[in-house]
Amino acid sequence: MIAIVDYGAGNLSSVRKAFDHLGAEATIASQSSIIDAADKIVLPGVGHFSALSALSVAGLRGTLLKSIADGKPFLGICLGMQWLFEGSEEAPNLPGAGLFSGRCRQFPAHVKSPHVGWNNLSLSVASESERSEHREPVPEKSELQKSKLLCHLPSDPFVYFTHSFYAPVTQATSATTDYGLPFSAAVERHNIFGVQFHPEKSGMAGLLILKAFCEV
Amino acid sequence: MLTKRIIACLDVTGGRVVKGVKFKNLRDAGDPAECADAHARDGADEIVLLDITATSENRETMLEAVSRAAHTLFVPLAVGGGIRKIADAAAVFDAGADKIAINSAAVSQPELITEIAMRFGSQAVVVAIDAKRRDSGFEVFVNGGRVPTGRDVTQWARESEARGAGEILLTSMDRDGTRAGFDCELVRAVAQAVSIPVIASGGAGSVSHFVEVFGEGQADAALAASIFHFHIQGIEHLKRELHAANVPVRWPC
Repeated sequence: MIAIVDYGAGNLSSVRKAFDHLGAEATIASQSSIIDAADKIVLPGVGHFSALSALSVAGLRGTLLKSIADGKPFLGICLGMQWLFEGSEEAPNLPGAGLFSGRCRQFPAHVKSPHVGWNNLSLSVASESERSEHREPVPEKSELQKSKLLCHLPSDPFVYFTHSFYAPVTQATSATTDYGLPFSAAVERHNIFGVQFHPEKSGMAGLLILKAFCEV
Repeated sequence: MLTKRIIACLDVTGGRVVKGVKFKNLRDAGDPAECADAHARDGADEIVLLDITATSENRETMLEAVSRAAHTLFVPLAVGGGIRKIADAAAVFDAGADKIAINSAAVSQPELITEIAMRFGSQAVVVAIDAKRRDSGFEVFVNGGRVPTGRDVTQWARESEARGAGEILLTSMDRDGTRAGFDCELVRAVAQAVSIPVIASGGAGSVSHFVEVFGEGQADAALAASIFHFHIQGIEHLKRELHAANVPVRWPC
């Protein structure tokens, strides 16, 4: 069972609907006991970084950190991905989980903010399907790591974004997107995953990402 | 690269999609959930369901249509028409909408923009503006374009942004239903006045109109209704042509 964490930020039913569509059992959970019992965890969220303070208030921060430390697959979406970093300029005094290095920052002044709409991902390496087609080693596009979460995607797919702050490109970045500058569109380390875009609103590409998460 | 969005608008009344010109001679154009799904498959980047009667009796029927459409839709869904208070907005979000569009209520109670943005996030609040050309500039109209407000469109767009709107849906009343092309001058004036995305509406009739509004008009997205129904011009065809004209669009999708 997948627990979709409810801490009062975001439209959780659309995330659950996407898992329903994929035939995965998902439940919206606001209690530690349900999150503890789940096989996988999804932390969604939209809005201001300070909304994440509700995790501490509800006593969920510790539960999430412990589950992640135990190796339980975890997917942060949008604000939920930003939480995985050290913090954000948007709420400088509120610490993130600090599992990925760097802080989230506001987009530079020369681009419109928020970044809203469909933009493409630059994936780290060729996807599995491309590999099997070519039947030979495909050279790496960049230094970025190979992703378990993005393995089903065609090259450079479009996904739907809506955000004003971005996470930096780090060692853990599995896909970047350009908007005024390149930023982390997806991050991944072991079983910890984060996506800045909304897979539940990203058509077929988004469903393939959620499917891959179900398969982790 | 951030692409230009093509948004399909479905006018809904009595639980059915209808199509007419300026709300007259309405013809049945199908079931909202089926139409929304068909448009998404055809390549629509976003769907808007607009409750064109927006009476209280019609409310439950509309929410039911939103809920059914949301169930099978995996692109953003916006809903407008008849949202006058936070409880109306909450009911629409509960039914599965990602965004709400408010028009007359935003003008009469601008604090509603902030209230909805605080609770559901700015990304969920679209302020819809009906604009009409005047000797100098453009005037805001409300109540389905029947009532002039004396307010300047660019100033109202700026105020909406300051109050928490995440996007502006800008309809040219002069062009609406004419298929004579978007009002690029109007769209550009607003796009330059705000930093939030501007969705152009009113006048779509051909591929070149979209090329113009994304170029000259500086629109971030363009909305159309009638040309997509009855397959006068499919979205798939439109996107292929825009792609060929070097407009960045989500294609193939």
